[in-house]
Amino acid sequence: MTSVLYDAQGPRARRATLIGTVIGALVVLAVLTVVVLRLADRGQFDAELWAPLLSPGDEAFASVWRLLGNGLIYTLQAAAISIALSLLLGTLIAVARLQLGRTARIPLVAVVELLRGAPVVILIYLCVRALPDIGLDFRSWYGGRELWGLVIGLTLYNMVVFGEIVRAGVASLPRGQREAALATGLTQWQTMRLVLLPQAFRVMLPAIISQLVVVLKDTSLVAFVGNYPELLSRGQDIQRNLDNPIQTFTIIALLFIAINFTLGKFAEAIQRRQARGGRSSATTVQQETAVTGA
Amino acid sequence: MTAVTDNLDLFVSGYLGSLSVILAATVASLVLGTVIAAFRVSPVPPLRAFGTFWVTTLRNTPLSVVLFFCAFGLPEIGINRSFWFFGVTGLVLYTSAFVCEAVRAGINSVSPGQAEAARAIGLTFTQSLGQIVLPQALRTVVPPLGSVIIAMFKNSAVVGAFGVGGDLFSAGTRTNSALGYETLPTFLGVLIGYLCITLPAAGLLALIEKRVAIAR
Repeated sequence: MTSVLYDAQGPRARRATLIGTVIGALVVLAVLTVVVLRLADRGQFDAELWAPLLSPGDEAFASVWRLLGNGLIYTLQAAAISIALSLLLGTLIAVARLQLGRTARIPLVAVVELLRGAPVVILIYLCVRALPDIGLDFRSWYGGRELWGLVIGLTLYNMVVFGEIVRAGVASLPRGQREAALATGLTQWQTMRLVLLPQAFRVMLPAIISQLVVVLKDTSLVAFVGNYPELLSRGQDIQRNLDNPIQTFTIIALLFIAINFTLGKFAEAIQRRQARGGRSSATTVQQETAVTGA
Repeated sequence: MTAVTDNLDLFVSGYLGSLSVILAATVASLVLGTVIAAFRVSPVPPLRAFGTFWVTTLRNTPLSVVLFFCAFGLPEIGINRSFWFFGVTGLVLYTSAFVCEAVRAGINSVSPGQAEAARAIGLTFTQSLGQIVLPQALRTVVPPLGSVIIAMFKNSAVVGAFGVGGDLFSAGTRTNSALGYETLPTFLGVLIGYLCITLPAAGLLALIEKRVAIAR
C-alpha cells in the first residue's frame, strides 16, 4: 500500500473508491469471462486435454508426470551446477577487480562488460553448438554436450552478474572493516577472505537468491537450442504427443512460478530480517543489477 | 569472419529486424508496465489484485514459456496475427512486469514527508503528484528502468530464437544451417550484432544516470 500518494480517506474518497472498486471488478471480470468463454468455445477445458495432467486415473498420467518430474530434476541440476560455478567464478572476478590496480583491471573489466551485454540465449547457443567444433567436447562427461553447453553458457553470463553483486557487497562495507583487519596484521588476501567476503555475502544474500530465480528461468532457453531434457523441452514432447499445448504449458508455468515465488519470498524475508537487525554498518545493498533474465 | 562478410546484407537486415522488435517492445512495455504500476498503487482493491497477479505470474515464468503461451494461446482466444506479433507480445507482457516493479519502487521511494509537505502547503492531489512526487520518482526510476529495458534488448534474442524471423538470430541460423557456414564465426557475428545494440545502450544509460542522480 502506497502511503505517499494519498491521505486516509474521507467519506467522499471512500465513496469514489467504492465506485472504482465495483467498476474495476466488473472490468476485470468481464475480460476474464471473455477469455474463459472463448477458450471454452474452442474446447480448451475439455477433460481429454486436462486429464493426462490432472487426473491420476488417466492412462497417460503416470508417464506424463514421470517426464515432467525428470524434466524438473534436469532443470534443477543444470541450474544448481551453473549457480555453484557462477558464484565461485563471480567471487574470483570480484576479488580480482578489487585487488588489481587501475590499469591491470582494464582487460578484466572489458571482458565483464562484454559478457554483461551479451544475450544469454546466444551464449548458450554458442556453447552448445560451437564448443565441440573447437575441441571442447563433453560427450564423455556426465550429462553430455547439452548439459555442459547450457551450464557454461549460463555461467559465462551469471558469473559476471554475481561478480557485480559481490563487488557491490564488499564496497558497501564500512572502510573501517578493511582498515582494522589490515591493522591487526592480516594480509590483503586474509582480509578479503576472513573479514570482507563473509560480511559481503551476508549483505548480498537477498540479491544472490533473486539471481537464482533468473538462472532457473534461463535454463529453459536451452529448449530453443539443443536437446537437453529439462522441463520446457519435456513439455514440448508432451504437448506434441497429446496435442494440449495450453494445458501442458500452464502446468509448467505453475511449476516455475511455485519455485520462483518461494525463492523470491525467501529473499524478501531475509532482506526484511537484515533490515530489522539494523546492524547500522552493513545495510543491505539495493540490487542494482536488474533481475530480469529470460 | 567470412560467414558474416559474405552475408552482410542478411546480417544488416537482421540487425534492422532486431531493432524493430526492440523498438516496438520498448514502447509497448513501457506503456503497459506503467499502466499496471498505476493499478498496483491505486486505492482500488480489484485493480491492485490484478496488478499483483500480473506481476507475480509474469515475473516468475520464463520468457520462453510466455512466448509459447502467446503462440498457442492467443489464437485460441481469437487473436490471430503473425508470428512476429506473438513474439513481440510475449516480450512485452514479460517485460511489463519488470517495468511495473521498477516504476512502483520509484513511487514508493519518495519519502511520505514530501507528499505531506505538499499537502500542508495546500497543493491539490494532481499538483502534489505532478509537481512533487512524480518528478522525484522519475529520477529514482531511471536507473532500474534502464536496466530493465537493456535486459529486454537482450531478451529480444530469445524472441529471435523462438523464430519470429527476419532478425539477427534468424540471420545466424540461416547462415549456419541453410548456407552451411560454421557455427562459431556465424554466431560470434550475431553476438557482436547484439553487443552493438546493448553496449551503446548501457553507455547511454550511464550518462543519463549521472545527469539525473540526486543526493538524498
